[in-house]
Amino acid sequence: MAELPVHLAGVRIALDPAGAVWLPDHRALIVADLHLEKATSFGVGRVRKNFLPPYDTRATLLNLTQLIARRNPALVICLGDSFHDRGGPDRLGDQTRQITALQAGRDWLWITGNHDPELPAHIGGDVADHIQLDGLHLCHEPGESTGGGDSGNIAGHLHPVAKIRTRGRTVRRRAFVCDQSRLIVPAFGVLTGGLNVLDPAFARYFGHGGLRTYMLGTRQVHAIGAAALRPDRDRTARV
Amino acid sequence: MEMDDALTKAPDSGGLPALFSDWFAGRGWQPRPHQLDLLARAQAGHSVLLIAPTGAGKTMAGFLPSLVDLHQSGPARPGEPVFGPHTLYVSPLKALAVDIERNLTQPVTEMDLPIRIETRTGDTSAHKRRRQKIVPPDILLTTPEQIALLIAQKDARRFFLRLKTIIFDELHSLVISKRGDLLALGLSRLRALAPGLQTIGLSATVAEPDDLCAWLAAQHDETTDNVGTGRSLADRIEVTGGARPQINIIETEERMPWSGHSARHAIPAIYEAVKAHRTSLLFVNTRSQAELLFQGLWAANADSLPIALHHGSLDQGQRRKVEAAMAAGKLRAVVATSTLDLGIDWGDVDLVIHVGAPKGASRLAQRIGRANHRMDEPSRGLLVPANRFEALECQAALNANYLGHQDTPALKPGALDVLCQHILGAAVAEPFDAVTLFNEITASESYRTLDWETFERCVDFVATGGYALRVYERHARIRKRKDGLWALTHPRIAQQYRLNVGTIVEAPMLLIRQIRRVSSIGRGGRALGKIEEGFIEALVKGDTFRFSGTTLRFEGIRENTVYVTPAQTEDARIPSYAGGKFPLSTYLADVVRGMLADPQSWDQLPPQVAGWLRLQAEKSLLPKRDQLLVETFPRADKFYMVAFPFEGRLAHQTLGMLLTRRLERAGARPLGFVASDYSIAVWGLRDMGAIFARGEPSLGALFDEDMLGDDLEDWLADSYMLKRTFRTCAVISGLIQRRHPGLEKTGRQVTVSTDLIYDVLREHEPDHILLQATRDDAASGLLDIRRLGEMLSRIKGRIVHQQLERVSPLSVPILLDIGREAVAGDANDDLIAEAAGIAPGELETGGDPWTNGAAVNDGIEPAIRQPRDRAGGRSEGRRRPARRRSSGNG
Repeated sequence: MAELPVHLAGVRIALDPAGAVWLPDHRALIVADLHLEKATSFGVGRVRKNFLPPYDTRATLLNLTQLIARRNPALVICLGDSFHDRGGPDRLGDQTRQITALQAGRDWLWITGNHDPELPAHIGGDVADHIQLDGLHLCHEPGESTGGGDSGNIAGHLHPVAKIRTRGRTVRRRAFVCDQSRLIVPAFGVLTGGLNVLDPAFARYFGHGGLRTYMLGTRQVHAIGAAALRPDRDRTARV
Repeated sequence: MEMDDALTKAPDSGGLPALFSDWFAGRGWQPRPHQLDLLARAQAGHSVLLIAPTGAGKTMAGFLPSLVDLHQSGPARPGEPVFGPHTLYVSPLKALAVDIERNLTQPVTEMDLPIRIETRTGDTSAHKRRRQKIVPPDILLTTPEQIALLIAQKDARRFFLRLKTIIFDELHSLVISKRGDLLALGLSRLRALAPGLQTIGLSATVAEPDDLCAWLAAQHDETTDNVGTGRSLADRIEVTGGARPQINIIETEERMPWSGHSARHAIPAIYEAVKAHRTSLLFVNTRSQAELLFQGLWAANADSLPIALHHGSLDQGQRRKVEAAMAAGKLRAVVATSTLDLGIDWGDVDLVIHVGAPKGASRLAQRIGRANHRMDEPSRGLLVPANRFEALECQAALNANYLGHQDTPALKPGALDVLCQHILGAAVAEPFDAVTLFNEITASESYRTLDWETFERCVDFVATGGYALRVYERHARIRKRKDGLWALTHPRIAQQYRLNVGTIVEAPMLLIRQIRRVSSIGRGGRALGKIEEGFIEALVKGDTFRFSGTTLRFEGIRENTVYVTPAQTEDARIPSYAGGKFPLSTYLADVVRGMLADPQSWDQLPPQVAGWLRLQAEKSLLPKRDQLLVETFPRADKFYMVAFPFEGRLAHQTLGMLLTRRLERAGARPLGFVASDYSIAVWGLRDMGAIFARGEPSLGALFDEDMLGDDLEDWLADSYMLKRTFRTCAVISGLIQRRHPGLEKTGRQVTVSTDLIYDVLREHEPDHILLQATRDDAASGLLDIRRLGEMLSRIKGRIVHQQLERVSPLSVPILLDIGREAVAGDANDDLIAEAAGIAPGELETGGDPWTNGAAVNDGIEPAIRQPRDRAGGRSEGRRRPARRRSSGNG
C-alpha cells in the first residue's frame, strides 16, 4: 500500500489507496460516506420493501477495521453520511460493538451529513457538523468555492468516481478530486455508488482546469490526466 | 388463420354441429381430419397437443372445440356460473393475439355465434381492462404476463370459475424461456381455480414432442395417460406431410467474405430474387444486420420497388404501418428480424430469404415456413451466407431440413426467480397454504422436480429476503398467520407486485427523437423508436449511425431520450454487430464438423468455400468429426492459438475467459481473445505452440474438464456476464424493481447498482437462493457452461495440435474478427496475404488468393517475419517446417 503525499492549502496530507485521507501531523484518518445500513434502509419502509443483502455494514466495517489496523490513527474522522438514514444506528444490532471496539484508545469524530443529521449517543464518539484542523475545514458537503483562498477544505458527499478507457477496456473506480485548496474524498461504504468527476456537480466547486483526479488502484493512488477521463452516459446517478 | 384449402377425404363430422359443417360447406371447404380429431378428443375431456406445419389450419383446429361448446351450451341456465371467460388463448406476441382476433371474428360473425372475443395485452387501455373484468368476453386472447396479472386479482377465483379451455399458440417457442416458466406457474394456478380445465397446445414440429405433452398435462392428475415415462401426457395429434420446402443457397459471382455479417456481396443477387417474386420476406438475425441490408437494397433499388424495414426497436406506429401495407399486398419485400418469426399471417409471401446463418435447423424450417402459407404448396427459401463458415452452416441446415431433423432446445427445469415472483403473486390474490401451493406448483412439468426445501427457501425469500442474517423479520412482505396461511402484510405490496410482473428484463433502452436543430433538444421531436443504452454510450456528439433506414447524427441525451438530427451523409457508423441472440445449435455444429471431415461433401458447397477447405487441408489439416483442431502460429509480434470447437459464441466466450486464465498461469502472457460461433483465438506474447509441445502444460491439460472447477468459480466472481444475469434474476424475483420511466425521480426505486449488491451477497452468503438462480441461468444462458462441459468431455484425448509458421486458411476469419475491433486499414489484407503465402500488394491482382492460382512464395514477407524472429527466436528451431503450397488449386 503506497500512499500519495499531496499539499492542500499548504498542509501536508496523504491520499490512501483505501480511499481515505491521512493527516500525518495529527495521526488523523479521514473517511467519508460510509452509508452504514444502506441495504436495510430499503427493506424497512412501510411501503418500500426491497430486502437487499444486509451485509454491507459488515463489509464496510471490515474494510475500516483493516485500514485502522494498518494506520493506527489517534483520531478518526467520519466526514458525514456515516449512516444511510436516521434509523441506521438503531439497526446496527450487534455491529455496534464492532464500532465501539474500533473507537477504543483513540478519538473518534462523527461529522453529520445530509443522511445522518443527528446521531445517537450509543454509537460513541463525538459529533459535530464540521471541524477546523491546521487551517483545514473538514465538513460533509463541500462549501461554496473557496476561490483558491488560504483555508483548505476536505469534504465528501459527492462520491467521486473516475472512468478511463485503456486498451479497449473501461475502468471505473473511486477517486479523489482536488485543486490547491479543496479535496473531495471518495465514498468508503461498499454499497455506495459514485458520481463521475466530469459531472457538472464537480465543476461548481472547482474552477476551470484546476481539477485534479486521483484514482484508487489496488495498491496505490494514480494521478489521472484530464484528457484521459471519460464521462458516464448514464444520467441516473447511482448514489 | 389458414382454412383455405380443403382436403379431399370425406370428413367424419361426428361432434361437429350442422351449423359448423354448413359453414365449412358454404365456403367450399371441408373440416380437416385433425381438426375433427382434436374436436372429438376435446369433447371427450382430453387435453391435446397439435403439431402441424404452417398452413394446416392449426388455429381453427385449436378454437373449434371452444366455438362448438359455446354454441351448444347456449345462453346460461339459472344458477350456472356465467362470469368470466370460457376460453383463454395465450400467444407469445401481442401482434399475434390481434391477428387472431381479426381472423376469428369472421367465422363467428358469419355463423352468427353468440360469442364475444377480445384481446388483453400490455397495450390494452386501462379502461378496456376494467371493463373486461366486469363484463368478461367469452374468449380472451392474451399474453403470459396478463395471465399472471389476472390470477393475482382478488376476485381471480370468481373470474375463472367458468374457464374451460386454455389454448397455447406457438407453444414450442413459449416454453423454452422464463416466460414459459411464468406461464407454467400460471397454468398450475388456473388448474386449481378451474378444476377440469382442458389445455390445447399448438406447435411447430419439435425434437421432443412428449415434453410439450407433459407441459400441457397436470402431473398429479390420474385421468391422463402414463406412457412409461412416469409423466402424465396430453394427447398428441401430429399432422405430417406438407410439401417439403424448396431451399437453395444463393448463387453469386461475387467473392465470398472471410468474416463479417453484412452479406453486402450478395445484395445484387438478393435484389434480383426479390424482383423475380411477388412478395419476399427477408429474415436477418440482428437489428443492425436488418439496417445494413435495407440500406444496401435501397441503394440497389433501380426499379423503386416498395421495400420496407421491420424490427423490434422501431416505433410501434411505424411497425403497424409496415404490417398493414404488407397485409394489403402493397410491398414487394420486408426486411425483418425475429419480431416476425411467429405465426402472423402475412398474406402472399412467395419467397423467404434468410440472410446470415440460420443457427438451427428447426429455426430455419419455421422461418422458411412463412412463405406460401398453404400446406400443400412448397415454401420457397433462399439462404444467403454472409461469410465462409456461414456457407458451411447453411449447407448443414439445408441437409438437416432435407432429413426433417429437429434441433429445438430442450425443456429446462423452471427458474427459481420466476417461482419467487409467482409465490408473491399467490399471496397478492389471497392468503395461501404453503403445502397446497407446493402441490399445485409441482403439478406443472416445469417444476415437477422442485423439492420442498428449495420451495421453502423461495417462500422465505419472498417473505424476508431469505438471508441467514434475520434482519427483516419485523418487516416481512408476507407472513404466516395464526390460521397457517401466508398473507400480505400490507396492501401496497400488491401494487409493487403488479408493476414488477413479467420475466422480460431488457437492457435499458432509450427513446430516439429526431429534431431539426440542436437548439430544440428537450423540446419534442418525432419518435423513431428505441435503442440500447449500451450502443449510445459509445457515441460522441456528431457521430452518425443508421436507424430506421436513415442515417442520423447523434446530438445528445436528455433524461431517457436520445436526440438526433438527419445526417448530411450516407456514411454512418452502423450499429456494431453484437452477435446473434441464438447460438449455433449443437446438432448443426455436429453436421458442420462432419462436413469438414468429409471432402466428398464439399461438392455441395460454393466453389470458393470448397477451395478454401482444400487449401486448409494442404496448409494445415481438417479435424475428424470427433476431434478438436488447435492451431498455433506467430503473427506480427504476437503468438496465436486458434481452436475450433464449433460450440457457439456463448460457450466459446466462457472458454476464452478460462483458457486465458490458465495460459496466464502457464506464463504464456496472453493479451486477449476473441470468440465466434465456430472458433476461438487467443493471442499473447509467448509462443503457445512451443509451450504445448513442451507440455507446460500440454493441450490435453489445458483443455481438461477441471477448468470448470476452481477456475470457473474464480472467474465467475468477477464476471460481467454473471452480474448481468444476476440483475435479471434480481428484477424477476422482486429483489429490486424494474425501472419504470418517470418513477426514477420520485426516489421510489432502489438506485443501488446490482453489481455492488452481487459482490456483497456473493462474499457474505454465497449459497443464497438468488445466487443459485443466477448460477442455474449461467449454466445454459449467457455462459453456456453446460455445453462447454459437454464439449470438454467430448474432445478428451482427441485434440490435434498444428504448429504452423503462419495463419491457416481456417483461422483467417476469426483473426479478421480481431481486426474489426483493433486493427485498422490494410492490416486485414496483410493477414489474408500472409495466410495465402503471398506478399501484400499481390491481392490487388484480383480475387481470392487461394482459388485463382496467384503466384506463391512462402519465403518472402520480411516485414512480417522480422518482428516474429525478435519475439520468439528462441523457439524457432522447435517449430515444424512451414507447410508449403505446391501448386495452385481452385
